[in-house]
Amino acid sequence: MKMVKRAFVAGMALVGASSPAMAAWSDLNLRVGVTELSREIYGLHMLILWICVAIAVAVFGVMIYSIATFRKSKGAVPATFDHNTKAEIIWTVIPVVILVAMAVPAARTLVKIDDTRGSELTVKVTGYQWKWQYEYVGEGVSFFSSLARTSDEARQLDSGIAPASVENYLLEVDNPLVVPQGRKVRVLITANDVIHAWWVPDFGMKKDAIPGFINEMWFRADEPGVYRGQCAELCGRDHGFMPVVVEVLPQDEFDAWLAAQQAARQAASAPAAQTAAATNVENVAALRVANAE
Amino acid sequence: MSATQTQAQAHEHHDDHGPAKGLKRWLTTTNHKDIGTMYLVFSLLMFFIGGGMALVIRAELFVPGMQLVDPGFFNTMTTVHALIMVFGAVMPATVGLANWMIPLQVGAPDMALPRMNNFSFWLLVAAFSLLILSLFMPGGGPAAGWTLYPPLVLQTGDALPLAIFAIHLAGASSIMGAINIIVTIMNMRAPGMTLLKMPLFVWTWLITAYLLIAVMPVFAGAVTMLLTDHFFHTTFFAAAGGGDPVLYQHIFWFFGHPEVYIMILPAFGIVSEIIPTFSRKPLFGYDAMVYATASIAFLSFIVWAHHMFTVGMPLAGTMFFMLSTMLIAVPTGVKVFNWTATMWRGSLSFETPMLFSLAFLFLFTIGGFSGLMMAIAPVDFQYHDTYFIVAHFHYVLVPGAVFAIMAGVYYWMPKWTGHMYDVKLSKIHFWMSAIFVNVLFFPQHFLGLAGMPRRIPDYSTQFADWNMVSSIGAFGFGLSQLLFVYVIWKCAKGGERVSAEVWDGARVHGLEWTVPSPAPYHTFDEAPVVK
Repeated sequence: MKMVKRAFVAGMALVGASSPAMAAWSDLNLRVGVTELSREIYGLHMLILWICVAIAVAVFGVMIYSIATFRKSKGAVPATFDHNTKAEIIWTVIPVVILVAMAVPAARTLVKIDDTRGSELTVKVTGYQWKWQYEYVGEGVSFFSSLARTSDEARQLDSGIAPASVENYLLEVDNPLVVPQGRKVRVLITANDVIHAWWVPDFGMKKDAIPGFINEMWFRADEPGVYRGQCAELCGRDHGFMPVVVEVLPQDEFDAWLAAQQAARQAASAPAAQTAAATNVENVAALRVANAE
Repeated sequence: MSATQTQAQAHEHHDDHGPAKGLKRWLTTTNHKDIGTMYLVFSLLMFFIGGGMALVIRAELFVPGMQLVDPGFFNTMTTVHALIMVFGAVMPATVGLANWMIPLQVGAPDMALPRMNNFSFWLLVAAFSLLILSLFMPGGGPAAGWTLYPPLVLQTGDALPLAIFAIHLAGASSIMGAINIIVTIMNMRAPGMTLLKMPLFVWTWLITAYLLIAVMPVFAGAVTMLLTDHFFHTTFFAAAGGGDPVLYQHIFWFFGHPEVYIMILPAFGIVSEIIPTFSRKPLFGYDAMVYATASIAFLSFIVWAHHMFTVGMPLAGTMFFMLSTMLIAVPTGVKVFNWTATMWRGSLSFETPMLFSLAFLFLFTIGGFSGLMMAIAPVDFQYHDTYFIVAHFHYVLVPGAVFAIMAGVYYWMPKWTGHMYDVKLSKIHFWMSAIFVNVLFFPQHFLGLAGMPRRIPDYSTQFADWNMVSSIGAFGFGLSQLLFVYVIWKCAKGGERVSAEVWDGARVHGLEWTVPSPAPYHTFDEAPVVK
């Protein structure tokens, strides 16, 4: 764990020390993200990356040295050895030790990811070809979330609209998922037609949305803001055009937003209910008339 | 009685006839060299068809926005590109090399089952004719990815049965090829060639052939279940009828993971032949190489679900597949260390086959590193289905398997044709390939880490720069391969005559260097004796 943390701190320092180059760095590397899990995953990523770099330096170093030194053109005379049991044991055992060192922190993070207990809000996400449906379980709020119209117009074949002129091209939706900051949100993920995958890189994870089955994951976003991702499992023609946008609001703003959604929903359904009731009365009246005759 | 005698006499005189004339030679041949050549030419053709599709993909991704193709057609391109490259280019190329070289390396006059050999080649032609035909069916070609995941794949139009039948035929062809290779190796080795004296290429192919026989039927079963789900309304993979879409993924990857080793193990074998020859030293740790190959093959059966960490497996399952996958690094590491140790204190020269093998050594190892990174399940939740995985598997397949195949072609081509290839052009081909392959695939690591999903026809503007670099690399790499074709054509036509040994001191590395160059139509009519 300490190693992960140290690697994470080193990574952060590297990002922080060069703020002008920050954009460039973020174009090259995994995002640190805004959740405990995403930071831990980033730390693991950096740990393994540096281990691989270290091994690469050693192995490639020996290869390059051999290529540079043991040349026929330099008159090198070949040795005749064809095995060395001691060396072979060493380079079998050392990788095993390194692997164990990687596996321990990885397993620990895995256990944490798996623990969805104690969530404070549950959102059910359903994938459709090609949009998402968000349902706030027990709150009576649900809506669809599709690619924003500006992006949709620009992405048509030969639309003549430059993608660069569209804000958040392909990463904007009409109705983003809204969640409270600093709360453990449990996400239940399923799909209605084919398999999709719900992914927000800043939350550190993706999970497949599988028709007929419900998957679980969780996140707790520490920073308010807008976080963008995409469907990550090929789901047909418009797979590239069903982004995920999550807006993280402070708790009070989220409460206000949720209340407004609920009120709007009630207001929308009230007239409809009245009309339905009226139609019923008329029908019953008509039935009575018919019976009387 | 007398008739029998005449027949027997006729048999004694049958040898030394050359190949039949004209087209009939190629249609009816049972000669391992002819069939090997046909496999290699076929795979080169498929390499260009699949490569053309890759260029359609990279052209559309050159800049953000949709400029060239419909998103549905884009999906067809990614799907069929992969199917053609895996089953049409890489696998037949290694089978072609096996056909040519295994009899020569074990001292056998031909493959054990020559007629089946012919049949398995022509089945492959039929399979890929059908697959390419499926592109023109109503509803478009297969577009659900080469993994053919349901339920999406069941939305395919009339292309579905064609594509699945093509897979059945290609699978049957592979199984026949594998049986032939196993029977040849087990029964037709020259006297004195014990199993642990076989060249590494023969060893890796023996193990590959067993993998093929083990997993091809599994794949055939999976796609047949797709077929019955589609046409007979069974519900193997539909939750509404008690099935499970994830079941398909388990079955597919139980085939799919050994499949990736089917593509890379023969490549290991080729490189293990070439590095000792040009290091002028015996292969370091021969026994360890054999055992490492066998361990990799065994492990390939118990790691499949690392391709599907995000489907929502239970914790214990994820943990098991993470740990078993990490283990693969051990035997693979042994191989890389042994190749390096072979060069250590050798006397190296850098002929084109060696250059391709060295590029293989460096770039395959990079693919190995990204593979190890993705084995770590929690981090794979980020990497999964992004361009990071695209970068990974292209590193192990293109500068991995394909470079090894090219190394093999340059290594053995003088033996096949009797001529040295154009050395200068071949080196230009190498350097252009080696540079452009990195321009093409290295930036895809960055794209994946920055969050670009795979299999998308258009992308957010933040990914624009590296996509453009990658596309430039793709066109550069594609054009470089035209040079490869020219070098092969030129070498087949003529060139400097080569000796039987071809490469200085190669004789000690294998029996193929004891027969004349070009290798006569029939070799080893009498078995050589191996001491």
